[in-house]
Amino acid sequence: MLPLLLDQVSFAVNGKIIVDRISVEIGSGPRTVILGPNGAGKSVLMRLCHGLLRPSAGRIAWRGPNEGRGRQAMVFQRPVMLRRSAFSNVLYGLKLVGVSRAERELRAGDVLDAVGLSEVATRPARVLSGGEQQRLALARAWALNPEVLFLDEPTANLDPNATRDVETIISQIRAGGTKIVMTTHNLGQARRLGDEILFLSHGRLVERSPVEQFFRQPASAEAAAFIRGELPWT
Amino acid sequence: MNDLALAFKEAFNLIGHLEAELREIVTLSLEVSLTAVAAASVLGLPLGAALAVQRFRGRRGVIVVLNALMGLPPVVVGLFVYLMLSRAGPLGELGILFTPAAMVIAQTILITPILAALSRQVIEDAWEEYREQLRSLGAGPLTAALTLLWDTRFSLVTIVLAGFGRAAAEVGAVMIVGGNIDGVTRVMTTAIALETSKGDLPLALGLGIVLLSLVLALNAAAYWVKEAAQRRYG
Repeated sequence: MLPLLLDQVSFAVNGKIIVDRISVEIGSGPRTVILGPNGAGKSVLMRLCHGLLRPSAGRIAWRGPNEGRGRQAMVFQRPVMLRRSAFSNVLYGLKLVGVSRAERELRAGDVLDAVGLSEVATRPARVLSGGEQQRLALARAWALNPEVLFLDEPTANLDPNATRDVETIISQIRAGGTKIVMTTHNLGQARRLGDEILFLSHGRLVERSPVEQFFRQPASAEAAAFIRGELPWT
Repeated sequence: MNDLALAFKEAFNLIGHLEAELREIVTLSLEVSLTAVAAASVLGLPLGAALAVQRFRGRRGVIVVLNALMGLPPVVVGLFVYLMLSRAGPLGELGILFTPAAMVIAQTILITPILAALSRQVIEDAWEEYREQLRSLGAGPLTAALTLLWDTRFSLVTIVLAGFGRAAAEVGAVMIVGGNIDGVTRVMTTAIALETSKGDLPLALGLGIVLLSLVLALNAAAYWVKEAAQRRYG
């Protein structure tokens, strides 16, 4: 299904422009990190890519073989768990994409094992800790064996230990051949998990660079200011 | 005062011995109202779920009307069902006027809007929280509605019991379409009205006490179920 092509994509709500004429091609391969200050339009851009929002203008298309929405998954900043066991939460996602019952149980067991939640598989998902819930959300997405995984600030609400667990799992998913696209406003995380940076400011794509180059020598003044921790927009 | 004390004493006597007449009336009341609440649940809860997740023209109007119908006066429902089922009415052929079946129909009409309107509210609140996650996992409106019905099940129990309380406590509708025929369509509320007007206070009081106890016990059970479930499932 990759590459994903955005052509002059805009998104506005009640006349307020949130994403402003972004054109970009996101290919398989490098881990893409969408970086930018709060309110830059990162989350909205990701929702547009994932298909949760329709652009007000412009075009979004999957250009690779297996056209259409295909195998993609998304993990949200605040995971939404269904009122059932952790195990059943993973089964639910698999059932919706039509995986057979036997296969579902097998895969759910495997991913819960991989994210270290086998012990609590039968516990109700909503009583798990924040970190466990986010790992469960990753497991639910991972089980689908997606070609692309979108992650929206996956560690924004987590403590350092839980953050490390989540980053490890993301690297494992990536090692299985899944394309990673994530938003963050954490520079350290962008460095650790990213190969290329899409830098957004005020809804516009200001810069796209390999991660090393971005941090060493940002091409735009906004990015440079963001890296220095300055806030020119206040 | 003395009369009242005496009436209470006799009332408890009646309940204590569970006299045949009292037992018959209580049993019929429960049969009619439980059947009505079952039918209203089958109709009202899916309707509430559908209204919660589906967007269509005129949806607001439907919701306003539904909310207004929660306040349907039982006598008006009784009159309407009476007109439908009377010999000259469109459903007169059925010959079920003045039978428990007619009472079930009237109570079902009375409480279906209550279940639909209240469940719509609960499920729509849940939908706000679940929408992006469910759509991301590929759930269509039908799957989403079913998932939400199951995930809000503990709140729905309370709503169903509120419906039962309304059905068991109303007198106007069952009086009109049932006719309060001794041994056939006499239920607790119609018996209380009749016995009070006849001056047989002990039986009226006894029935009143049974009715109150039933409603109290049910609500206690509902509260307990919800509390326990929330502790367990979060």
